[in-house]
Amino acid sequence: MKLIGLGLLFSGWILAVLALVLLPLPRERAAFVVAALAVEGLGLGLAMRAHRAYAGDGQ
Amino acid sequence: MNAAMAAPPLFCLLLVLLVPLAPAGLALLNAGLNRSRSAAQALLGSLCVMAVAAIAYSVVGWSLEGFAGGASHSILVGGVSWNWIATRALFLRDVRWTEPEACAATLQIFAVGLAAMIPWGSGAERWRLGSGCAATALLAAVLYPIFGHWVWGGGWLAQLGTTFHLGNGFADPGGAATIQVLGGFAALVVVWIVRARRGKFPETGPPAAIPAHHIVYVLFGCMTALVGWFALNAAGAILFAGADSAALAKTVVNTILCASGSLLAALIVTRMRFGKPDASLCANGWIAGLAASSAVAALVSPGAALFTGVVAGALLPLVIEFLEVRCRLDDPSGGIAVHGFAGLWGLLAGGLLRHTPQGQFVAQLVGVATLAGLVLPVTYVLYRLLNRIAPFRTHPEGERIGMDLHELGAGAYPEFVTHSDEFLPR
Repeated sequence: MKLIGLGLLFSGWILAVLALVLLPLPRERAAFVVAALAVEGLGLGLAMRAHRAYAGDGQ
Repeated sequence: MNAAMAAPPLFCLLLVLLVPLAPAGLALLNAGLNRSRSAAQALLGSLCVMAVAAIAYSVVGWSLEGFAGGASHSILVGGVSWNWIATRALFLRDVRWTEPEACAATLQIFAVGLAAMIPWGSGAERWRLGSGCAATALLAAVLYPIFGHWVWGGGWLAQLGTTFHLGNGFADPGGAATIQVLGGFAALVVVWIVRARRGKFPETGPPAAIPAHHIVYVLFGCMTALVGWFALNAAGAILFAGADSAALAKTVVNTILCASGSLLAALIVTRMRFGKPDASLCANGWIAGLAASSAVAALVSPGAALFTGVVAGALLPLVIEFLEVRCRLDDPSGGIAVHGFAGLWGLLAGGLLRHTPQGQFVAQLVGVATLAGLVLPVTYVLYRLLNRIAPFRTHPEGERIGMDLHELGAGAYPEFVTHSDEFLPR
């Protein structure tokens, strides 16, 4: 699950970069970058949940 | 850039020479926030981290980061040139020592040590010294320089203003992104890998509180760090934001206002939540204010800097509690929240709280997206691979007797009476 979360984080970054390249209008571009950050937030949340599920003292 | 070239190198170098006080302060904080049986290992580790970072950056890092206007490599994607890496010589061989880039190289050698010290504090009391040094080498030779090139070396994030008309490009004059957030994310990865200290998260009930052993170190470290941060923000403003050296007073005032607002906000919040102010959380609030100031001190008005600090300090105790209780992250120094969260907030505030050309806030968002979406996963993958070669987590016996005895053979306070440990099962 942590790897899926990290994959979502990376996908969010790709979306942000694609927004710069593909969208010329500032408002569309800003909305797409915010959406990309939301995807990253989802990924970070998933990675945190994965850690929590296995959280222990590591021994 | 033009103003940076006009900055007097001697004045800039004098500023840079004060920067090591920032890692010195963090080293005291890291040592003081641990238990006494790991204090010597924490401080020696901080010195080793500085040493390894300086060597790794000098040998490899500078060649990948470089300085704006220097040799670099770009790739063409979507009709746009993306400057992604510097192509300077190894071992600092091509640094022009009489020009401002020499100040930048010197600053980076200290700054990368500061960044590497953040995960060292978060992995305290269970992270082996050897693997800590190896992780530092990776951070200083690869992770920090490449991202640093994008922001400080004229890379694609710095050029967002010219390539995509996003304000002046990603702005980070004092290193909130390159030092603080990068270090904070590295700290998160380290805590994911080394997991919690024994006894921190009992099977039932709330997480155990493992108090700091020397709050005087912690608070004195805060004062030491302040001087280092003055120098870091001022030198960064000259070298990376083209600030006039005669106008640095505002940067210094903004730095102290941001830290002060953050400390007092943290004090009030902890007073409201716990009945009395919490010294270690207040210290963390101070450092969080400094971390946030790195993004805004050279750019915003004093009022905006104070507001940035107040928000950072008010939210910090809640973020630390959330990460510990809800996310079960055992972070003894609070580095993830103090440097990661506060640095991110500072970067966003730097786009929100000043009059900037259109698109500046989007440029800041793209920088934040790059940190979270690329730097964090890549750091995780590299550290996981490193963990297979040089395991991060110490032997259970090492944690039981303390890292001082286990790794160094002697404690930090040999004259103290050894007492039982209420956190370990018997």
